[in-house]
Amino acid sequence: MLSFKMAIRFLVYGRTQTILIVIGIAVAISIQVFVGLLINSLQRTLVDRTIGNTSQITITSATDSSTIRSWQDTISDIEKMGIVRAISASASVNAFVQDENRSLPILVRGFNFAAADSILNISDAIYEGSIYRSRREVLVGKDLREELEVNLGDRLVVITPSGSTNTLTISGFYDLGVSSINKTWVITYLETVQKIFDLGDRVTSIEMKVDDVFQADVMANEIQQKLDNEDIKIENWKEQNQELLSGLEGQETSSTIIQVVIILSVIIAISSVLALSVLQKSREIGILKAMGIKDRAASLIFIYQGFLLGLVGSVAGVALGLGLIYAFINFTTSPDGAQLVDLYIGYDFILRSWLIALLASTLAGVIPARKSLTLNPIDVIKEV
Amino acid sequence: MGIIELKQVDKIYTGAVNTQVLFGIDLVFEEGSCNSIVGTSGSGKSTLLHIIGTLDRPTRGQVLINGQRTDSMDKNQLAELRNETIGFVFQFHHLLPEFTAMENVVIPYLIQKRRLTKEILKRVDELFEMLGISDVKHNPAMKMSGGQQQRTAIARALINNPKIILADEPTGNLDSETAERICKLFREIINRYQTTFIIVTHDYRVAEHTQRIVEIKDGRINTDKSE
Repeated sequence: MLSFKMAIRFLVYGRTQTILIVIGIAVAISIQVFVGLLINSLQRTLVDRTIGNTSQITITSATDSSTIRSWQDTISDIEKMGIVRAISASASVNAFVQDENRSLPILVRGFNFAAADSILNISDAIYEGSIYRSRREVLVGKDLREELEVNLGDRLVVITPSGSTNTLTISGFYDLGVSSINKTWVITYLETVQKIFDLGDRVTSIEMKVDDVFQADVMANEIQQKLDNEDIKIENWKEQNQELLSGLEGQETSSTIIQVVIILSVIIAISSVLALSVLQKSREIGILKAMGIKDRAASLIFIYQGFLLGLVGSVAGVALGLGLIYAFINFTTSPDGAQLVDLYIGYDFILRSWLIALLASTLAGVIPARKSLTLNPIDVIKEV
Repeated sequence: MGIIELKQVDKIYTGAVNTQVLFGIDLVFEEGSCNSIVGTSGSGKSTLLHIIGTLDRPTRGQVLINGQRTDSMDKNQLAELRNETIGFVFQFHHLLPEFTAMENVVIPYLIQKRRLTKEILKRVDELFEMLGISDVKHNPAMKMSGGQQQRTAIARALINNPKIILADEPTGNLDSETAERICKLFREIINRYQTTFIIVTHDYRVAEHTQRIVEIKDGRINTDKSE
């Protein structure tokens, strides 16, 4: 108790020095929190925009027919596991669309709209017209529309690989933000695709979305084990996006390095200030020892000082870091006013940063605390 | 048996050149007695006081406080012994500038106890009253006169009701009038609290206030006179 009181008094008495070191800690921690949150937000924004509206775990056929039988059972088995957020079966077949003298390659995709929408978010992507309402209606992407120069209600002549010709009506246009999709996907009912391409009751893939995209590989493994079916193969977005992943990992590593360096500099700064403080306060410590304070209690003064400096500095630093990230996110907008980066505040990251800063500051007190152990009262008393 | 006993105490400072400052000192101080150790600068009198106060250890020989050998005690046991049994008054008051007079006085108490009781606050008031510094009780340590600071240091030495008070040139830094007043205070304290007093001084006028004067010369007892 006396040690704690001493620590507070020493800090209050050396006000200017205390304020400076608190500012130092606060600035360092704020940068650490800012960098951590920024990298995290960047990563999540990137992942969200890249794979957020795509299938994160995909089941396809491992058989020659490239189709999956009894897919309803597979979906029901996966749903029972309770680990995926959305699941949808799809029948997708390559075909051609006839346009006057030329034919363009397309991918006709058949979905149960409600289920597919929870993965692909198609309804929000429809910018003109509406979803298909009859078996002969389709949605066409923005790029394909421009290529074909078609409008709502126009007919689309689809030629299957077997050579049969089918005429479908355009009910709406979508823009999923990815040119290759907008140019090739023609979206319609699952049953329509099954009928046009003679698939019977089979589908070509089962697509899933999960809550934590970074756990997709783990979940894919779980599903693989649970289904234990050699006729299917399970892939996840991580396998399909190695480059994106290694980019993210690179970012993560550089962010960690920056944070570690900041924490190290905080430890060194506090340690050196407190070590100086042992020298400044050696007279006081010597007198306290002469009066009978034990070494442990005397050294605790410096541990408490580190703790108190860390407490005030890290709280201020976290607040400042949050302020910086809010300001940054709000000021960096695209010309149309949309935010370039979506803000993700990881509360566990903040809590962890705060605790590490507090622990580091307290630990920084250990060096001066050890130094104070060697302080002999007689040296101080003789000195004056 | 006295409250303090020194048996054949030698003190040698080791370094590039070994310097022996005390040679076979044998001394006994009785409980409740008032003693002074006099000698010229460099005679070894302060070293002797530091050894008595367990701030320094003898190179050879034994120091017994309250019949207990201090050479077998570890740092913590010595700290406890100092806190409970010995009060120090130094030439330079050595008050902590971060605290008020009153806070400085209760520090030795707070070293062993967690919180201030009504009884201890009453004792603080009594001490301040006796020492005539009640009006500066809440002054920061550095905002007092030299005499007031030294009296605060005396109050601090007395707060734990120690059996022994060791004073190293307590008046050395004060003008003669204030020094005279401090000496009178010491006598009053001895009468009131039955404390054993040892004052180290080079000033014989101060020593004359005590019952026994031990003179140290070149690390040895030169004379030892009692009233």
